[in-house]
Amino acid sequence: MEITLNGERFELEEPLSVTALLARLDIDPRRVAVEHNQDIIKRHRFPEVVVGDGDTIEIVNFVGGG
Amino acid sequence: MTDTPFVVAGRTFTSRLIVGTGKYSSFPVMAQAHEASGADMVTVAVRRVNISDRSRESLLDYIDTSRMFILPNTAGCYTADEAIRTARLGREAGLSEWVKLEVIGDERTLFPDNEALIEATRVLVKEGFVVLPYTNDDPIACRKLQDAGAAAVMPAGAPIGSGLGIQNANNIRIIREFIRVPLIVDAGVGTASDASLAMELGADGVLMNTAIAGAEHPVAMAEAMRHAVIAGRLAYLAGRIPKKMYASASSPVEGMVGR
Repeated sequence: MEITLNGERFELEEPLSVTALLARLDIDPRRVAVEHNQDIIKRHRFPEVVVGDGDTIEIVNFVGGG
Repeated sequence: MTDTPFVVAGRTFTSRLIVGTGKYSSFPVMAQAHEASGADMVTVAVRRVNISDRSRESLLDYIDTSRMFILPNTAGCYTADEAIRTARLGREAGLSEWVKLEVIGDERTLFPDNEALIEATRVLVKEGFVVLPYTNDDPIACRKLQDAGAAAVMPAGAPIGSGLGIQNANNIRIIREFIRVPLIVDAGVGTASDASLAMELGADGVLMNTAIAGAEHPVAMAEAMRHAVIAGRLAYLAGRIPKKMYASASSPVEGMVGR
């Protein structure tokens, strides 16, 4: 299956929770915000929200800015 | 001389200087500059995580969040919708309701699109955000932003990153008269005297990034800015003398030797 992750195609073997996806990407869940098909996912819902085929995921964090 | 504390939306800050986190040569230099600036609020941008390269250090490793309040921005957004979406993401990433709202109207000048800015302010205030909009030095736009529920207004002194200093001092003074919420001069500062001038005109705070990060010695410039903001504020409170066209002797005119 394939998802769109931060604008790029990304292959997954099977549907994953947001928590599992972040772990696989080596991303600290405490420092990011996640959008699933344009809906913001509250952090406490990361374990229950499942990312499936064709989904669009945006993962953002803070970077330097003015 | 005692000053009233710098309060925005009920939150008290010890410093009237707000600094950015962009454009530094390295995170350690940024951290040192932040320390030297004395600021206790820093701005950050919200961007996609780099998925392919996870080796890069995190900005947050170099910000002491126990001391520094983090203000996410919506820099780079060109529509109200884009800015609202970015503000919501910033809230989730930082778990605070505060946003430095930017809706840019032109790429070359980075001037704000005030119409979209006011619209986005209205929407975000309804959602419970503390909105600090970056706007231009237009007193009417600032008043409309206040009416839309902005917690402060942040007019530019000059274009972002230009270092030109306060271009329309009179407008900043008029904005101070027009609005009740805090006035923070955001953008355009080039050196310490620009920050002092902003404060002398009655600004409650100054926000800057490039002036410090782009200086030859950012840590020294951060310290200069700390002093400049304090000096400007004191001068404002002290009440400057009126400007006059001709001289007025400081020493007595009587008692001159040999007259």
